[in-house]
Amino acid sequence: MAEFVDYILNLDDSWFSYLVGALVAAVLILHVVAVGALLFIWMERKISGRIQDRLGPTRVGGKFGWLQTLADGIKLIAKEDLTPDLADKFLFKIAPYVGLAASYAAFIALPFADGVVGQHVNTAVFFVLAVLGLEVFSVILAGYASGSKWSLFGAMREAAQVVSYEVPLGMCVVVPVLICGTMNLTTIANMQAGYFTNWLVFNDPFTFLTAIIYFTCATAGVNRAPFDLAEAESELVAGFHTEYSGLRWSLFFMAEYSSMFVVSALASILFFGGPHGPIPIADILSFLSIDQLGNPDVQAFDETAGGFFSSVNLQVIIARLLGVGNLLFKGIIGVTVMMWIRWTFPRLRIDQVMTMCLKYCVPLAAVGFLGATAWQALDLPTANSLLGSPRYHHHELWTHGLEHQQGSENASSEASDDETPHAEDKTVKADEVFANTVPVSVVKGGER
Amino acid sequence: MATSKIDDPRVIEFDVRTDEMLINMGPQHPSTHGVLRLVLRTDGEVVSDVEPHLGYLHRCAEKIGENLTARQWVPYTDRMDYLAAMNMNLGWSLVIEKMLDHDLPERARHLRVIISEMGRIASHLVAMGTYGLDLGSFTPFLYGFREREKILNLFEEACGARLTYSYLTPGGATADLPAGWTDKCLQFLAEFKEVIPELHTLLTTNTIFVSRTAGIGVMPARMAIDYGCTGPVLRGSGVYHDLRFHGEERYTEMYDGYVFDVICADPETGLYPESNYEFHGDSLDYPEIPRQAVLGDCWHRFYVRMLEVVQSVRLVEQAIEKYEATSGDWGTPIKLTQKLPAKEAYMETEAPRGQMGFYVVGNGDAIPWRVRARSSSFCNLSVTAPLCQGILLADIPAIVGSLDVVMGEIDR
Repeated sequence: MAEFVDYILNLDDSWFSYLVGALVAAVLILHVVAVGALLFIWMERKISGRIQDRLGPTRVGGKFGWLQTLADGIKLIAKEDLTPDLADKFLFKIAPYVGLAASYAAFIALPFADGVVGQHVNTAVFFVLAVLGLEVFSVILAGYASGSKWSLFGAMREAAQVVSYEVPLGMCVVVPVLICGTMNLTTIANMQAGYFTNWLVFNDPFTFLTAIIYFTCATAGVNRAPFDLAEAESELVAGFHTEYSGLRWSLFFMAEYSSMFVVSALASILFFGGPHGPIPIADILSFLSIDQLGNPDVQAFDETAGGFFSSVNLQVIIARLLGVGNLLFKGIIGVTVMMWIRWTFPRLRIDQVMTMCLKYCVPLAAVGFLGATAWQALDLPTANSLLGSPRYHHHELWTHGLEHQQGSENASSEASDDETPHAEDKTVKADEVFANTVPVSVVKGGER
Repeated sequence: MATSKIDDPRVIEFDVRTDEMLINMGPQHPSTHGVLRLVLRTDGEVVSDVEPHLGYLHRCAEKIGENLTARQWVPYTDRMDYLAAMNMNLGWSLVIEKMLDHDLPERARHLRVIISEMGRIASHLVAMGTYGLDLGSFTPFLYGFREREKILNLFEEACGARLTYSYLTPGGATADLPAGWTDKCLQFLAEFKEVIPELHTLLTTNTIFVSRTAGIGVMPARMAIDYGCTGPVLRGSGVYHDLRFHGEERYTEMYDGYVFDVICADPETGLYPESNYEFHGDSLDYPEIPRQAVLGDCWHRFYVRMLEVVQSVRLVEQAIEKYEATSGDWGTPIKLTQKLPAKEAYMETEAPRGQMGFYVVGNGDAIPWRVRARSSSFCNLSVTAPLCQGILLADIPAIVGSLDVVMGEIDR
């Protein structure tokens, strides 16, 4: 966004353009969170209704009741904001905002498409996971501060749950990072460009396993059934939000639904190609060269591109919109699957959640990790290479690139041992390799 | 036994060790099936002691019965077990008939079998659905209610009410089944049989459901008998006892000529009677017992109900056949001011939740001198405290739900 503002206002890397860019991004993301929550709550009602052989909301806002959530929201805002006498007033009031802020902040580093991201973060995977992890604090704070025993139970359960699912979740996320050799979500997504066989989930059996475990742990991570122990209504009344009402209560819901979307979008970027559709329509139609997509900051909105409404810029914009559509669609699919699971399964018990996460998911994730590593190291065929379609090995670039780097480094380190900057140099160069060469090779159909 | 330890929570709370928590589950709690109040003593998630408290739904029904005539009290039996009101009507009707030595025409007998077994299906559907709800599974609840709704439609057509029917009265029923009712009922049964496997898939054989219920709340047969448990709770522990077979003659003769199984696992083999009931040419196979399940646990109690529903379907089908084959009337309800002889009578029937007994003492007047109801849920609930010791908090809804108590019947 900053470069766009730069371009429009003819500024040269001014702080002002960065400020405007950040504000615009923040407002856009806020809309994704708020409208997303509206949409998802409506979807949840309709989907649960259909699963349960009923209609769901049908009246508010026309035939499909699509304004039901808005009506509910207005009702919630109008409700009295109660704080229990026994509550720790400050923590009680701040807890919902912590949760919402955490799931909101996770959107910052989440690329909706190539270049459509709040802030480019080189360690975006790490950032998103770390920030989402903060959401747990809101549950624990709310439970602790409510002054209700049921809430306290919810908080305790959440604390027990978080140490269980975070471990396998982290191990699963490491696998795509390992295969792609970067923590940059944009780069990981771009490495999966092309046909859907190029998606990391189809890379080898172990990534497939990892994707399933990731989704399971992510469901646990966002407190969705069958892992919704913190708010288990049949046991704990309403768990950590027993004492909440009105707007604060709805903030918990917004946080829940937006973090559902974040983990689903993260799954789609890490395993399911992110903004790249199953079939590269734009490429096939020769609609735009993906070279521009591969390196958005350089090519788009650049002086050299020849005017804002130049064909290059328009193509980039259209391609990005397509990417955003793809990612939103995949994210919504993930959320829908979570809803489907919620309305089908009974709830697990806390010890069973811990058993499942620590005793089954951790070893399985470890197997996935080791297997994926071995697959890369042994250069075994991927789904893509077997089909012979636009051929591209993730590991080829990575290992070859590193070998190349190492070769040069070894040569130089022989010359002088205490040249530390070389190590940093290497990583920077490696990242550049992915950022620039990967998409090119995709387009050229493996001519490289 | 740690019962009757907590009398007044306000006093006891000072006595609680610092690492224990005294917590009130109910009377307003989503999974206590009405207004049951459980006082839990917990150490973290582990529950060390449970004390059920009753009386939140007490409506002096028995005392009212001593101020009304026998027929006038029928609506009050509806409101005891409001999920199986037809079976409550039947119990009260039978005890009054026993007192008056009133014999029923053949057609009324079959009508009662149809109605009470349909009531059993409706009741077990609620038990099954709410049990899913207790374990956090919403959808089976709606599926159960969807089917129950069809039964209620049938009942509404027969007697005009959907919950508190007052249909079966001493002397027979208030009216005959309307024309075409049996066809609709048969059609419902045909549709319903398709749904049973669905429910088995969603709950009985679901892995999470099995892991939540199998081996939880194990009640040995001896303990079930000692606590006076009846109905599916007793049979879930492997005790072969069903009043439709083992009850008083006045009751069992209602089922003369009917073929059905008592759903109860053989304590030796742990196996349930073979499903020898066929529909659409296929036999309705019972799902296999998971290996984690222990006889007398929550899973078995649930399973007994699921299979009893099939037996009830079987009974209704037979009863409709017999009902249509016989002519005559549906019985003559006794007069509103029928005088009761100066003697006493007690009669137990197999209601969906267990043995529902009514006791009545007459003194020659139309108004009974004493009325008493022996509630099955009350005895079934009494095992809560011993079963809920040293379990996790999440198991309490699982155990209380598997007992399937109705507070209206307990408090009366």
